[in-house]
Order: sequence, then structure tokens, then C-alpha cells
Amino acid sequence: MNAIIFSAIMGVVMMFSGIITEKKSAISFVAVVALFILLAANIANTYGLCSISINTHDLLHFSKFGLYFNSILITAALIFVLLSGSAVEKVGNYAADYYALIFFVLCGTSILTSFNGLLMLFLGIEIMTIPLYILTGADKKNLKSNEASLKYFLMGSFSTGIMLMGIALVYGANGSFALTTPAAVPNSAGVIPVSFLLVGGYILLFVSMCFKVSAAPFHFWTPDVYDGAPTVFTAFMSTIVKAAGFFAFLVLFEANATLLGPSWKIMLTFVIIATLLIGNITAVFQQSVKRMLAYSSIAQAGFMLFALYTYNDLAKEGILLYAVAYCLATIGFFAVLVKVKDHSFDGFNGLAKAQPVLAFSAVVFLMSLAGIPLTAGFFAKYYMLAAVIKSGGSFWIVLVALVFAAISVYYYFKVIQAMYFKSGDPEIMEVSSGYKTAIVLVSLLVIAIGVLPSIVLNWFYF
Amino acid sequence: MPIQYYIYFCLALFSIGIIGVLTRRNAIIVFMCIELMLNAVNLLLVAFSKLHHGTALAIDPATTVGTDGQLFVFFIMVVAAAEVSVGLAIIVMMYRNTHSVDINFLNRLKN
Repeated sequence: MNAIIFSAIMGVVMMFSGIITEKKSAISFVAVVALFILLAANIANTYGLCSISINTHDLLHFSKFGLYFNSILITAALIFVLLSGSAVEKVGNYAADYYALIFFVLCGTSILTSFNGLLMLFLGIEIMTIPLYILTGADKKNLKSNEASLKYFLMGSFSTGIMLMGIALVYGANGSFALTTPAAVPNSAGVIPVSFLLVGGYILLFVSMCFKVSAAPFHFWTPDVYDGAPTVFTAFMSTIVKAAGFFAFLVLFEANATLLGPSWKIMLTFVIIATLLIGNITAVFQQSVKRMLAYSSIAQAGFMLFALYTYNDLAKEGILLYAVAYCLATIGFFAVLVKVKDHSFDGFNGLAKAQPVLAFSAVVFLMSLAGIPLTAGFFAKYYMLAAVIKSGGSFWIVLVALVFAAISVYYYFKVIQAMYFKSGDPEIMEVSSGYKTAIVLVSLLVIAIGVLPSIVLNWFYF
Repeated sequence: MPIQYYIYFCLALFSIGIIGVLTRRNAIIVFMCIELMLNAVNLLLVAFSKLHHGTALAIDPATTVGTDGQLFVFFIMVVAAAEVSVGLAIIVMMYRNTHSVDINFLNRLKN
């Protein structure tokens, strides 16, 4: 409960800080302090030190897994603000409001990591996405930003409509908004009756969640929105928001996948393969690095969907590790991308000569995204695929995933090739030494987790 | 009236909304179609709520089972209002820059 209350209060505090001070660096400082407080409050809640408890009548359920996942998301947000705070200030004149909206998004993610019913699922998703529509359109004079924002808004509320229809049908069958469905009583012939309302409702919920986490064939809004939004906010919404969406997806279908019978595995396999295929193959042909990252985030979503395919402990550890690895690497790489003025591949030519530190960190982040050993991304992918094998799932789906991971190496290494092996004069914004230190620290963290993944996973058990 | 009538009617309204979203090109009309989808859901929730409450009443006259569906409708209304305020602001912002609310304009981003 701490995280939900504190993030809402901090959002209001951020809005007031915009009235009190005009200095943007002061506003960023307030945001960092507020995030530290939020993180401390959430950790205190995890260990029951000083947690505000309110009787929510089973609408919310605080599990260790959810609270720990929320800590990871808040930490990712903290790293995001520390790294990209200066870029957030540059988007427009309303830095305090952007931070306020970021805190409201965090309020939504806190609800999504603790929901225990369809009502809270709906509210969490809406609290999370409505501020994002505004952040996407933050660059008001830029036509691309306007388009991205309108497109995101129309697609987002369309998928919300589908989700609500799913919830209404499930409610019609169950008579409550609880996550678990009361077990159906077999009829006199011993056959368990299939409720069409229930199955139809869960299929609609599945479709709308696929929309939210941008899994194919419902991914088409993603590249345009990620490409059009201001680069800093793309980093935010392709990491923290997406990871929270996956957590909600996992919890929702952990309780109800059996309901759909064998067709669930078929449906999910189709979505996973389509997501990996479309994400990876289209990313190969992109000219702009930012757009390539949008497609790569679709491809990474395909890997995260493996956690839904299997529900064993390994998959739970896998989604934790994947969230950490993906958030760190993407936030880090976007922090490099913000500093490069030309977002096409050619814009990176000769970056290694001009900014060796930035280029080195970018290599670490890209290798982590591709899943090269000794980086965090390797173990994330390893745990996901190991979970499939452990659960006795089909071996061919692991092979397909490996082939697509190999394809992804091509487009990530194209950036590395441009930085190190092509000569050019990249246009780079001024990079302070503090910025360099921060980005190197994040890349060292990525390597540390890649060598010892237990530093993330052990916290889950203590 | 049997519950089936409500289900068919709401599904019809919902489908009209979906078809509108997919075919119309005016951002405001697309937006209205989304609202239509949400209202179809509201109606269905109220109908189901009445159904479940009615069956529970027959067993226990003091029951509150089934009233949560109507509560959900209020949440949907509040969220829809928040969405309208943000959505109309976005449409106005786009209108200021392009002097049109046609969403064919959105295809420019693909290149």
C-alpha cells in the first residue's frame, strides 16, 4: 500500500514544486529525492517494517513477488531520472509536470503489481496509460509527437474498450470480479460445462493485454508511437510501463490459463512466434536507430511472453531478471541515443573516436539486449528458455527463439559496427563528466548482473 | 426480459463501436465510437448485476451479492471522463498544428 499512496502524493508534490521554483535542475533534484523516498517506502513495505495497511476488501493483494517487482520498477525509474533527468528538462517548459506524470504512472504500476481482481486491473492500467498519452505528446510543436500521441490515445482507449467487454463477460459468468474462477460443477453426465461467456471474456482480455504489451498481431501502434514520442519518454514507456504490463499479464493468466484448455497453449505459441518473427525481421530493415529499438522492444516482448508459457519458479525468476536486464540496457542505450543528434545508423559513425566512454557503454547495453554472455541479457534469456525446457514444453519453440536471438545480433551489432568501424563526424550534444560516470556505472551494473545473476534473484527469497 | 436480449443488444452496440473505430476517418467520430463501446459495456454490466443480484436475493433477502457490477460502472464513467479530457486536449493540439482532425494524416509517420 505504501508505494501506491506515496507515488500519488509525490506526484502532487512535483506539481507544487513547479510553482515554487523555476530552476529545472532543482525540480530534477526533488524528483530524485522523491523516488528515493518511494523506493524506501516500498522496501519497508516488503519487509513489514512500517507499512500503511488499509482494508481493501481483497481488491489488492500484496505478495512478496509483486512488491519486489515493484521495487525493481521504482529502481529503474530512479536510474532513468538520474541518467536522463537533464533530457527531461529539455523536452519543454513544464519539467515539473512531466515528473508529476511519471509519478502518476508509477502509481499505476504499483497497483498493477498488487491487483487482486479485475476492477483493480482496469484501474491500474488506466492510471498507468492516461499520463503516458500526455507524455507522448509533450513536444507540443512537433508534428510527429502530436501524431504519436493521438495514435497512442486512440489505440489505447480502443484496447481498453475491448478489455472492459472482456471483464463484463467474465463478470456475467462468475458473478464477481475476483481473479480466480469458481470451479465449475460437472453435470450429471460427468462433463464440465463450458461457459461461453467466460471463455469469450478471457479471450478478449488476452487480446487487450497483447495490445498493451505490444505483442503481435496487435503491435502495429508501437513503432509509430515509440518513434514519434520524445526520446526520453520512449525510454520510460518501453521499459518500466511495459514490464508492469507483463507482470499484470502474468498474474491475470496464471490464475486462469487452465480455463481455456489446450487452445491456450496454441494461442500463446502463435502470439510468441508472430511477435518474435515480426519484431526481429522488421528491425533488420530499419534505417533509424530509434525505430529499430521500437521493433526490438516488440522482439523482447516475445521473449518475455515465455514466462506466460510456463508458470514454474524458473519462469518467475526469469521475468524478474528479464525486467532488470531489459530496463537497464534500454534506459542506458536511450541515454546514449539522446546525446546523438542524428538518430539514423549513419549518425553513429565514428562515435568511438569522438566519445569513447559513451561508445563503450553503448556496446555493453547492445550486447545485453542481444543476449551475449557476461551481460545481464544472457541470463535473462537463458532463464526464460530453461523454464520452457524444465516444464517439458515443446523443444522446437526453444529452437525458434534461439534462431531469432541470433537474428537480433545482426541489427544490434550494426550500431556497434557504425560506432567502431566506420569513420565519420557524429553530431553530439555536450556530455558532462558526471553523465559519463553515471552511464559507465549502469553499464558496469549490467555486466555485474551478467556475471552474478544471483545478486538480483537472492533478494526475491530474503 | 431474458438476459440474452441484453447480451445481444450490448454486443451489437459494441460491434457498431468497433466498426466505427476501424472505418471512420474523423478523429472526433472515432472518439465517439470508443465512447459507444464503453457505454455498451456499462449497460451489460448493469444487466448482469441485476441478474446476479436477483438470483442471490431469492436465497438470502439481505444479500449484497451482485451489486459490485454497478459500482464498476461508476469507475468506468470516471475513467472515461478522464480519458475524454486528455483525448480532446490531444485532438485540439493536433488541430492547432494541422487545421484538420482527419486521421489519414497519421500515416505520415510511417515514412
